[in-house]
This record gives sequence, structure tokens and C-alpha cells, in this order.
Amino acid sequence: MADLAVEFAGIRSPNPFWLASAPPTNSGYQVMRAFAAGWGGAVWKTLGDPIVNVTSRFAGLDSGGRKLIGLNNIELITDRPLDDNLAEIAECKAAYPDRPIVASLMMEMDRARWHELVRRVASAGVDGFELNFGCPHGMSERGMGSAVGQDPELVELCTRWVVEVADVPVIVKLTPNVTDIRMAARAARRGGAHAISLINTINSLIGVDLDTWNPIPHVDGLGAHGGYCGPAVKPIALNMVADCARDPGVRLPISGIGGIATWRDAVEFFLMGAGTVQVCTAVMHHGFRVVEDMIDGLGSYLDARGLASVGDLVGKSVPRFVDWNDLNLDYRVVARIDPATCIRCNKCYIACEDAAHQCIDRIVRPEGGHDLVVDEEHCVGCNLCAMVCPVDSCITMTRVDDGAAKTTWRERSGGLPSVR
Amino acid sequence: MEVVLEANRCLYCYDAPCIAACPTGIDIPAFIKKIATGNVRGSARTIMEANPLGASCARVCPTDELCEGACVYQHDAAPIRIGALQRHATDWLAASGERLFAPGPATGKRVAIVGGGPAGLAAARDLALCGHAVTIYERDDELGGLNTYGIVPFRLPVDVARWEVREVVSLGVEVRTGVTVGVDVAPAELLATYDRIVLAAGMGSVPQLGIPGERLRGVEDALDVIERAKFGRPVSLGARVAIVGAGNTAIDAATVARRLGSEHVTMWYRRGPGEMTAYGFEVAFARAEGVAFEFHRVPVRIEGGDGAVEAIVFARSELQGGVPVAIPGTEERIPVTSVIRAIGQMRHRSLFEAFGLAHERGIPAVDGALRTSDPRIYAAGDAIFAAGVTDAMVVTAASQGKAVAANVDRDLRGAEATDG
Repeated sequence: MADLAVEFAGIRSPNPFWLASAPPTNSGYQVMRAFAAGWGGAVWKTLGDPIVNVTSRFAGLDSGGRKLIGLNNIELITDRPLDDNLAEIAECKAAYPDRPIVASLMMEMDRARWHELVRRVASAGVDGFELNFGCPHGMSERGMGSAVGQDPELVELCTRWVVEVADVPVIVKLTPNVTDIRMAARAARRGGAHAISLINTINSLIGVDLDTWNPIPHVDGLGAHGGYCGPAVKPIALNMVADCARDPGVRLPISGIGGIATWRDAVEFFLMGAGTVQVCTAVMHHGFRVVEDMIDGLGSYLDARGLASVGDLVGKSVPRFVDWNDLNLDYRVVARIDPATCIRCNKCYIACEDAAHQCIDRIVRPEGGHDLVVDEEHCVGCNLCAMVCPVDSCITMTRVDDGAAKTTWRERSGGLPSVR
Repeated sequence: MEVVLEANRCLYCYDAPCIAACPTGIDIPAFIKKIATGNVRGSARTIMEANPLGASCARVCPTDELCEGACVYQHDAAPIRIGALQRHATDWLAASGERLFAPGPATGKRVAIVGGGPAGLAAARDLALCGHAVTIYERDDELGGLNTYGIVPFRLPVDVARWEVREVVSLGVEVRTGVTVGVDVAPAELLATYDRIVLAAGMGSVPQLGIPGERLRGVEDALDVIERAKFGRPVSLGARVAIVGAGNTAIDAATVARRLGSEHVTMWYRRGPGEMTAYGFEVAFARAEGVAFEFHRVPVRIEGGDGAVEAIVFARSELQGGVPVAIPGTEERIPVTSVIRAIGQMRHRSLFEAFGLAHERGIPAVDGALRTSDPRIYAAGDAIFAAGVTDAMVVTAASQGKAVAANVDRDLRGAEATDG
């Protein structure tokens, strides 16, 4: 079986699956259980100044009968004493010396206080630091978390303070609550970070109770925006990871975070440039045991492709993720519907008719029943029919151009300036 | 929870085959979607609007031959449990006590409906919605017809039938129970009083077998047995019961006999298993209930002592001119404690003759609009059931009741326009 061990910004890990800094890494008890289940590493629940949490902290978004496609939380950083956390970190390191423990840190914007925190936590024997410049709720109102991450100058400054005194790698965790995440990523590099991790959670209000009209969750009738995560955020996270991975101003190892629930999700993040992945919501939903199939599935995938290590995946799809203006305008696909596997649910028909280009016809058969037939001349190849089709491989998007021509908008318009 | 899971499994097909397969054309994907969104009230309205007998149909319809049999999920996935979902929505409505429908603005037209079974109720409901003054004449003490009296309680509890009756009556429908048209009320009186008449009298009791011994104590009419069982009146069948016939009422009589404690219940049928008119799922249910089946047997005579049944003699049958007849010398005497006749129902020939209607062997002739030879009189339901032409299902009766109401309404409004 392929070797799943990775070295990420100098941190060695038996596999690339880390627990993100979050409720599952709140205590030594949990992290011990996680390591016993097979997790490669853990980013400890954020350490900092004492805080007080509210009760009623999480809320879930369900869809179509599926639970927790998204999860939102208003929990703050650790509410346990720093000394307790440090003692437990040391115990975990002693019990599992091969598993990296990265300490997530948050502190007010004060150089001396950051130095003090870094020195104290380093004494527990952590393998790295992750600077929490991402949490969007609560702490941001006090000038920490995403309040730092949203200002590249603060990111650079604070990163520098930590790097000054840290003797282990420093990872900067980025907030997605910005217009362009690359600005903060570049700032982290300028500040001397050894790696970045992304994304932290997204500003969110998960819902409103239809009976009481209270926000969900509510604390004594009032709600506040929380941080959104889970499978629903994966596309946002993947795009941001890819954007950082292809940015010449970043060039840092990336720990991918955001909606990773299976080995398949992880592979996508690796291909888009992540060297490790961090998981939280899947564990909150199902427990630490989910890592077993992550490890097993990733190993099988690498073996099936004849790849020796996770490193053989990292970044391999990044060159294929480009600006729209570099896409081939001459590439042409059309939908083809297999009448043998079609179940005549007419989902493709109505989707195309009402929401696309009216290119699917229902042709009545003389012997009864009907076939769904694509008007290939007018089909724009939008994929919608294939997306709504409930039958695997019934609708295939088939290339119909000969591949000879290739024109991009940039070429057609005589060399657009790059916005990057 | 299970209900919502199942509702979410529905693909929400466009122009769905399940709708086409429902005789009353319920918009099934729409009512299922409403369950999924938590709009159970709207779901029940969608069902009951299309089918005033929607609650009983949810229980007694042969769904695997109708909606569920047409579901696009047949091979790789189980069909959506449409009947169970329909039951969920209609049960919710019944439990809520809400009335979703109101009579239309009064038209001043009067319609008499003869027979308060499924067809008559469906017709009454829709005619009342149209604003016509409706009077139902019912020879029994209660409305509901076979739904109330003739379907075993474990398939259709009487409360469900009564709820549907109440919903119809609540629209201002006048009810005259215990009145037999042609006996207690003269047809001429009805024709003089009402603008239109709908004959929905169903069928009568089970005919005699036409063999010696039928007057013995212990020879029963299947419908009578079911009615007595359903209303908790004494039924004494003894240990060994022979059912003659193999339709759905025969099955009901057999299963009710088992549940009343008869140890040996056998259904005797003059043709083969493939020709039974009972639904496949009903036959399977009867077998599971411990009912035995004998095929290609015709009853020859019933034997008794002290005026009570002691045995029934069957002969093997062979087809002569398409009709099964006894093969001489194959007689077998079967000791029994009771014999239940379930060989179909007699026609209300005298009723149709009293109205002077053209009929064939007790089945009134109707045109495509369900109008009889007298243009003021329409007919629907089992009264016009003809084997091989229509089905004697509750849902068929409901569909015909709806159709006849629409036709009568069009007729009356047309007449009004002409009069004006």
C-alpha cells in the first residue's frame, strides 16, 4: 500500500488527516481517542486568554432529508485553563510521539503578549503553531480572529511576532470572510509563515425558527452570526485553496480545510495544492471513526493509480485551474441520453425546458411511451440535464468538436490584461 | 421521520407516470413534495381535491398495480411508497379536524344521488363544490357503501370511511338514509323534484350458488359476514370454512374468518390461480394469514343435518366453451362448519327498470359522459361495472363520481345558459 506519511512544512505526520482546531480537539481525552482511531495529527482547540462561552452554540443545516450538510457555531476558543490544556498536550505527545500536535493560538494584537503565549505553549512540546486569524464570531468583535485575518497588514505583523520567537513551524489560518483570500495569504508569507491553512468558517446565520421567529441557534431569544462549515462549504474552500496554490505571491504549503468528509474530498484538496487536510464537521457528525475509511480509501486510490505517496497528488490539478479568459471557446460538448437506462422521469426535459435552452424533446414512440432526445444542434452543453438525471451515466456530455481549434477570450480580444 | 425520508426519496418527476396511473389523477409528486417541505395540510388538500376518497384509497388501492407500479423506480430502487405517504397526509388531515373545502355559490339546481358509496360520495362532493344542492338517498343506515360495510376493518377501519363521509356531508349535502329508491321513494318523484339524478347504487348481495343445500344454516353471504365482523355483531363460522370464489371480497371473507378464529379456511375457485380477480398482494396476504387455496373446483351441493351445514361437495372442473363445468365422478365431500358465498354481486336490475333505463343484464347503458338512456339520469361506480371494461376499485368509483359530477355540472350550466 502507498505510503500515506507526509511532511508538511517540516512537520512529519503518519497520514495527512488532521483534526482541525475545533470542538473535537478540546481536550486530551478527545485527542487520545482520535489518535487511537488513526488520525494523523491534531490542531488543538485554540488557546488564548480566558473566555466564557454561551450555551446553545451549534446549529445544523439539513437538506432533502440529509442531516448536517452545513453546521454553524458560535462557540469561542477554549474555555479551559491554559495549564490544563498544556498538560494534556504533553500527555498526548508522550502517548503518541509520532502524531503531530499543532497548537492553535489567538491573542490580542500585542507583541509581548503573543511572545508570552508562544513561549508558554512551546513548553508543552507542540510540533507547530497555527495562528487563528479566522474565527468570524465573538472574538472578532474583540479585535482577534477574523478581525486580524481581514487586514493583511495585521496578518503580516502578527505572523512576524510569532515567527520571531517560535522554534517550530508557524501556520497561518485564514478567514474566507474577505473578498480575495490571496491578500491575507501573501501577507502571511511576508510575515514569515511556514504554511497557511484554510478556510476557517464562513459568516453565517443558519436559519430562523418559523414558530418563534428566533434566529437559530438563539441564546435567550437573541442570535449572533456564527461560523459556517461542513460539506456545503467545500466548493468555497476548494476554490480558495486552489487560488492560493496557484498564486505566485503565496508559494507556501497549504493545509486544506472546509467540508472534507471523505477521502474523496481529501484527494480533491490534495490535487488543488493541499499537503494535509483538516477535518472537523465530519467528526462532529459521526465521530473519530470516520478516519478509518479516509485512510483506507486514500490508500486504495493511490494504489489503484500506481502512486507511491500523497505527495504525488499534491498540486497536480493546480495548473488546470485558470482564469475564465484562458478557457477554450472552441471546445464543445453536447448531452447524449441513453434510452436504455433512461427511466423517463423527465427531470432533464423540464430542467432544459424551463431553465436552460429548450433542447430536449419528448418523442412519442409508436408502440407507446416516449424517448428523451437532445437537439444537439442547439444544445449549449451546459450539463444541467446530466446534473439532474438520477441515473448514473444515463446522460453523458460528449465532445463533438474535433479538437483542432482553440481560441481563448484573451486571444480573441487581443490580449486582455490579467487582473491577478 | 421515516415519512420525510421516503418523501425526499421521490424524484419529483415531471409529467410523472404515477399521476397517469392514478384513476383520479392525484398530483402525486406535488403531494409528496409538500410532505417533504412540512406542508402536510397542503399535501392532504392536493390529495383530497383530486380524490374525495383519498384516505380510503390510500389503504385499499392496489398501489403496485397503479401509482407505485408506474413509479420510475422499479429496478435499481424500490418504488416510492405512495400509498403510505398518502395515508400519512390524509391521516394528518383527519386528526386535525380541519375542513379544507367549502360549497360553491348556490346554483339553485338540485341533484339526487342514489347510493352513498364511494361513487355517490365523490359525485356529491364535487357537485356540492360546484354549488348544486345535493341529496343522497341511501338504503343502509350509514353512508360509505362498501367502504363502510364491505371491506374488512384491518384493511379499512370504519372510522376512515366515516371521516370521508363527514367531509362530504359537511358541504351541505342532504342525506336520506334507510331509504330505498324504488321502494320507499318512487322514481317519478325523484325525477319531478331534481334537475338531475345520479345512480350510484353499486351492486347488491352475493347471488346464490344455484346448488342444493343453500338454505342450510351456516351458508353465508361474504358481504354479510364482513359487515357483521366490522360492526362487532356475532359471526359464528366454526372451525372449517369453505369460501366459494376468489375475488377481493372472497379474500376479505377468508381473512376475516381466520381472524375470527376459524382454523381451516379454504378458498375454492372454479378456475386457475392466474384467473383469480383478487389482487396479487391480497392473495399473498391471505396466504400469510393461513388461508388455503383450491383451484379448478366447482361446488356441487351442500349437505347438512338438523338444518345446519355439515359438508360441501366439490367436483373438479374443466372448461367447456370457456365456462368451467364439473367433471363427473370427481366429486369430493369436504366436511365444513360453514360455507361463504363470494362469487360476485347481484345487479340492481329492478332499480334501473323502475327508471325505465336501457340496460344489459342489469348494467345500465351509459355514454362517454356516463349518461344513461334518460338524459336526466347519469350512472357511476359499481352500478356500471362490467368485467373486462372497468375495475371495481374504490378509486375507479371515485374517479367516475368525479367525472359524473363534472358532466352533470356542465350539463346543468349548459341548460341554464340555454334557458337564459
